Amino acid sequence: MHIPDGFLSVPVATAGWALSAGTIAPAVRRTGKQLGEKQVPLMGVMAAFIFAAQMLNFPVAGGTSGHLIGGALAAVLLGPWAATLIMTAVLAVQALLFQDGGLLALGANVLIMGVVAPWVGYGVYRGLSRLLGGRSWKGSLPGFVAAWTSVVAASIVCSLALWLSGTVVLSIVLPAMVGVHALIGVGEGLITAAALAFIAATRRDLLPTEAA
Amino acid sequence: MKRWWIAGLLIALALALLSPLASPHPDGLERVAEDKGFLDAARGPLFELIPDYLFPGIANEAAATVVAGVVGTLLLFGLGYGLAHLLRRQRVG
Repeated sequence: MHIPDGFLSVPVATAGWALSAGTIAPAVRRTGKQLGEKQVPLMGVMAAFIFAAQMLNFPVAGGTSGHLIGGALAAVLLGPWAATLIMTAVLAVQALLFQDGGLLALGANVLIMGVVAPWVGYGVYRGLSRLLGGRSWKGSLPGFVAAWTSVVAASIVCSLALWLSGTVVLSIVLPAMVGVHALIGVGEGLITAAALAFIAATRRDLLPTEAA
Repeated sequence: MKRWWIAGLLIALALALLSPLASPHPDGLERVAEDKGFLDAARGPLFELIPDYLFPGIANEAAATVVAGVVGTLLLFGLGYGLAHLLRRQRVG
């Protein structure tokens, strides 16, 4: 869902930068306070994993592909503030080094995949885990739903940005974006659920206590 | 296992090695842009370093993809680790 330059108007791109910068500043403060010793290498592993996984486009219907965003997974494991920082690092490297996603559009891409996706994913995961009760729960079902919802939410915000930019009419772009990302979200959900189940089986202590 | 994160990094590097197998089809946004007629609005980048996840100077496309993937994966491990280390030290120190 990396927006290239040219899709967004200057005001929308600027607003994207302002909103994402306004989230990164508190994220830096909060993450520093919350990180435990074990979470330091986990931040590195998450950033590396998300970057690599984002290269692996998987096919969805009709000659279209999708790839993991990873915001929900990072938020479940490290909290939404740290997830915003991880996603910002991934998206900045992709834009600067790999020319994936525009430089002007980087603010909007951080907002969509680095703020909306992790925060929606985190909220859904926490709410659903509480609803289902934590006992002997590995977090895979809430993880799947959280990841799927995070992708669809990101596609909605992306549609709004394209519409506000005057690039495309909302009634056209919104159903198209949500439709294809409802499919891609299934992949996101499966990868997130599998990753959480894997960590629960191998290194349960890395899961946040409320999710364990 | 004390160095559990090495296993995590190896998993990420294994994914980077698989990157030539990725689907070449356009992703969701690109597909919608093509179908709804605004793909042409995209502007090329201001500069190119490792465009299209192909490391420059390597003729074999799969190898170029793998090298680009490994470089990016290691870089992001270092960035994530370093950032977390700095943020934590700032608090402790």
